[in-house]
This record gives sequence, C-alpha cells and structure tokens, in this order.
Amino acid sequence: MSARLAGAGIRSLTFIIQTLGGSKMKKRTFYKLIVGTVAAGLTCGGALALTVKTAVAQTKVGFVYVGPIGDHGWTYRHDQGRLAVDKAFGDKVKTTYVESVKEGPDAERVIRQLASTGHDLIFTTSFGFMNPTLKVARRFPKVHFEHATGYKRDKNVSTYSARFYEGRYIAGVIAGKISKSNRIGYVASFPIPEVVRGINAFILGARSVNPKMSISVVWVNTWYDPGKEGDAAKALIDQGADIITQHTDSPAPLQVAENRGVKGFGQASDMIKFAPKAQLTAIINNWNPYYVARTKAVIEGKWASSDVWDGLKPGMVEMAPYTNMPADVAKLAKEIEEAIRSGKLHPFAGPIKNQSGETVVAAGQIADDGMLLGMDFYVQGVEGSLPK
Amino acid sequence: MDFVPFVLTVITASTPLLLAATGELVTERSGVLNLGVEGMMLVGAIAAFAAASATGSAILGVLAGAIAGIATATIFGFLTLTMLANQVATGLALTIFGIGFSALIGASFVGFALDPLPKLNIAGLSGVPVLGAIFFGQDALVYLSFGMLSAVAWVLTRTRLGLILKAVGESHDSAHALGHPVILIRYGAVLFGGAMSGLAGAYLSLAYTPLWAENMSAGRGWIALALVVFATWRPGRLLFGAYMFGAITILQLHAQGWGVVIPSQFMSMLPYLATVLVLVLISSDRIRIRLNAPQCIGKVFHPAQ
Repeated sequence: MSARLAGAGIRSLTFIIQTLGGSKMKKRTFYKLIVGTVAAGLTCGGALALTVKTAVAQTKVGFVYVGPIGDHGWTYRHDQGRLAVDKAFGDKVKTTYVESVKEGPDAERVIRQLASTGHDLIFTTSFGFMNPTLKVARRFPKVHFEHATGYKRDKNVSTYSARFYEGRYIAGVIAGKISKSNRIGYVASFPIPEVVRGINAFILGARSVNPKMSISVVWVNTWYDPGKEGDAAKALIDQGADIITQHTDSPAPLQVAENRGVKGFGQASDMIKFAPKAQLTAIINNWNPYYVARTKAVIEGKWASSDVWDGLKPGMVEMAPYTNMPADVAKLAKEIEEAIRSGKLHPFAGPIKNQSGETVVAAGQIADDGMLLGMDFYVQGVEGSLPK
Repeated sequence: MDFVPFVLTVITASTPLLLAATGELVTERSGVLNLGVEGMMLVGAIAAFAAASATGSAILGVLAGAIAGIATATIFGFLTLTMLANQVATGLALTIFGIGFSALIGASFVGFALDPLPKLNIAGLSGVPVLGAIFFGQDALVYLSFGMLSAVAWVLTRTRLGLILKAVGESHDSAHALGHPVILIRYGAVLFGGAMSGLAGAYLSLAYTPLWAENMSAGRGWIALALVVFATWRPGRLLFGAYMFGAITILQLHAQGWGVVIPSQFMSMLPYLATVLVLVLISSDRIRIRLNAPQCIGKVFHPAQ
C-alpha cells in the first residue's frame, strides 16, 4: 500500500519538476508545491520523504588497508587516493577507511561491516583480501567492490593494479649502471607473482646494461616491520650488495642504505627525506585518478566490473626525480622511461631465459599478461631458488 | 661469513628485546603481569622521536622515551593496583591504547628521518680490529641494556630490596603480614617496567630504524613478554634468550643470502617454538613451575584482607 502511494508521490513530484523546467513559475510557488507534496508524502506514512532522502544521499566509499596510513609507503599512497576522492566530490561523497586489517578472517569481517553500513563502493587494497572480498560481494550484490592486485572478478567485483614492473625495470637499468660490486640486495615480502615479477623486471633492466649483474633476495615474510626490513638490508649489504631495493612497505631498508653509504630506491612513495644521499629514484603509486574515476562511475550509475592494469602511460605509476647519479645515467633512465611510456620498449620482451637456462619468452616476443600475472619463476641473474 | 658485521647487526636486533624484557622481568617478579609492553614501547618510541627531532638532542629523546613509558605504566598501575582491575584485560587494553595513541601523536612525524644515535668510542678503542667495534663502539643504549640487566640481577639476588620484591611476587599476603608495602613495591616495579619499555621504544625510533612509522615495534613487545617466560624469570637466561632470538632472526636473513634452502617461514617461527617448548617443560611438572614462576603473578591484591 505505502509503496504504491510512494510511487504516486514520485510521479507527482517528477511531474511538478518537469512542469517547472518548462515554465517560468515563481520560486515561491515552487517551494509551496514541494512543501505540499512532501507534506502529502509524510501523511502517506513518510514513504515519499524516505525516497527523496535516498535520492540525494551521499555516496559512501569505503577503503580497507593492510597497513597503517602512516607507513609512508603502500597504504599511505592508497590513502592519498582516498583524500583525492574527498577533494574531488566534497559533500557528495563520504569516505571511510579501516587501517591495519590483517589478511584473513578479520578482513572478511571488516569488509562485511562496510558493506552492511551503506557503502556503495569498497576498495580492498591488498592481494590477501581477494577471497574475503569475493565472499562478501556475493552477499551484497548491490555494493560495488574494487580489489587491488588480485585476479578474481565478479559482476560487482573489479580488479585493478599498476604495472610497477615498468618502474622496477628502470630502477634495474640505473642499478646496472651505478653498481660496482655487480650485486643487488632485494628485500622482498612474500613469494607471490606480483613480487616475483618485480624482481625479474629489475634484473632484466640491470642486465640490459650490465650482463654481470646479479640479485640476492631475502624474504622477510612481512609487508611491514621496519626493524626486520632494515636488518635484511644490513645482511644484504654485509654480503656485498651495493644497491638496495625493496618490495616491503617501510622506508627502513632505504634508510639503512643511506647510513651504510650505499644506494637504494624508494618504494611506493618518494622517500628522499629518509635518504637524501642514497635514493636514486622511487617508484610512486598514484591511485588518485583511478579512485576518482571509479567513484564518479558509481555516482553516475555507470560502474561496471572491469580489470584495469595501468602503468607509466596513464600515470598510475610515476617515477620520483632521478637523483644521486651521474647526468648520463639520469638521461638514460629518462629515455627508458619515455620508451616504456610510448610502448617502444617492453620490460618483458624476449629473449628471456629462466634460471635453468630454458627460454621462456622467445626473441621478438613479449610476455603476455597471463604469464606476468602468474609469474612463478626466476629469470637468469637472480640467485637462490624461489620459495614454493 | 663476515663475523663482525653479523655480530653488530645481532646486537642492534637484540637490544630492544633485552631492554623491554628486563623491565617486564622485574614487573612480573613483583607479581604483576603487564601485557602492555608493546603499547608502552610504541608510546616511548614516538615520545623519543618527537623530543629528539624537536630539540635535536638524542639524550633528551632517550629521556622522553623513558618518561613516556613511565607515564603509560602509571595508567596501568593505577587501574590494576589502585582500582584492582584485571591485569590481563588492562594490559591488553594498554597495548591497544598505545598503538592508537602513538599513531595519533605520530601522525605529524611521518616522513621524517633522524640521524641515528651516535656510536660511542670508549677509551678510543673502537678502531681496534675485530673486537673494537663490537665492545667499544656501540651506542649508549646498548651499554645501558647490559648495565640495567646486571643491576637487576644484582638487586634481585644480593639486596634486601630484591628479597622484598620477590616476596611480594611469591606471596603478597605474607609480605603484607610482615609489614611490607605491597602496593608501593608493585607500583615501583610496574613503573620500572614502563621506563624500560619506553627505552626499548626509544632505541627503535632513535637507533634501530631512526624514523617514526606507525606500529613500528611490529610485535617486539610480545617477543619480550615471551622471553621473560623463556628465561623462567631469571636475568642470566634472559640475556641468553634475547641474544638467541636476535641471532636467529639475523641468521635466517643471512642464510637466505647464502642460498641455504631452509624455508624462511620456518626460521621465523623458531623463537616462538622455543618459547612454547620451555613453557611445556616448566609447566609439565608441578614442582618445577612452582620453583620458577612467581606465585602471585596476575593475582589481585586486596590490602584489606
């Protein structure tokens, strides 16, 4: 009964607005009409009032972070993206975030909590949130989900990631030019394709200018533990590495490089303040445009499940200024960056051989996204074996 | 393996554990279980970092860390000793509070770096090959960690104060009947524990990784708590435990660099496995556990009784 009345209410309101659009009715009359209609609606059990309210309600966007927003790395950059959404839409959008969410059952609880509290769009920003995101998404078909760095999608679940390996290839080229010991120390988090791809891209870049380069990898089994990351960097330097790079989230390894007088790279955000003499460049994640675009799509009702994997070209990956290196190396780095952006150069262009010397990408070929996304082998130049 | 750099790294990894665990050992010996070590460390870390970056003085930074640790421990002491709240619940709450509070204070310090705590050159000997850097070239907090541990060992075994502290921890009712100020002694022990946790935090944010990052202790407070059990509440074993934890952590990082095929996850797990083993060993025998654990640990003391 009340639903039918509400329907009638909406129709009358639409009629009034349409009439207004075409006529020169005075404002006061317009208000009177609105007030009248709303009053009528209220007498019909408030159904209309409710409908009007939801029509102008804010779009709520939720973010789930794996680390603290103060990590100055991965999560920090996602939160910058959230702030960009705030800035772009003002009062029309309300953003919420939950930080330091453990990958696992806790994540599912947090995501469900956001979905059941009226969020229209939820970004889950770590690989380990993949299954919890999909599980919750099935229960909330009207909520839109965006999962970072994953590969499972659904009608209401998109995935997005950045081609960080493009930046890592450039970093590798710089390392190959700068290193004197021909040895790179790589502080890595977990042996997932994302991280393995970064290691391989780095050594491919390094070997493109210096075939003697090798990488020594230390797995710390955490995304975030400044002390342990720093210790890993110290161990690598003690074993002869003179370039430190990392796929963990804190600035500690770079800071160790600074204090030990070797060079390193910033991770996720520009970390030059931590290492004014050591940072060569930093691979910066820029989620801002993507987050704004996806929020806009939800507001306009145009959101559709998609799979986005952008790199340097649309600006999802950016390079910090090239510092602490000779001018010719900086020039080369800029050229490589430009070549990747224009599509002339692909970091995973063949010939590429794996550790045992088998050709995995033939000369003249380029590794397809399927291979990149499932990468579970080391290429030549990486020492040790990949933990299974 | 290059021996000297390895040992130097082990020392920096072990020092925060040793500092925090020494404090907790004294707290637990007085019969109070403070699970808030992690929280006190973090508050100490941000206080030290803030003070050092505001004043430019490392000494003031270290002092601020200790004072912040004491302040945080005072909250715990007031709740559990004066208001007689449950120690386990209060300790857990203190950790959660410490994580949040330090993040709140630290928000404006994210993204800044400090020069690491200066390495001392004791008697001009730090340049002596091999042993010089290890024994004479550490920063002040490393020496302090050994000094405090020795002091605690001496007080516990050789002084009247130590006897009273242990008596309070073993049987607060008897100690009370003998006229010892149970609550006062426990306040002292809790605040000492807070100061040492604060120093451990200061070591993290001033020497270990001279920066502030949220939740930067990353579970070291919990390791310190486990260490006290591992050491069966004895200072000598605590020193062994802290350095063994540190050495295993660093060794597994080095081992990977050498290409040793031990799963790194297994190595990461080892220290905890050792603690569980010790717990099983000392708990399996009723007499042994009575010999080791302070009898009144975690129990609320009602002075009126």
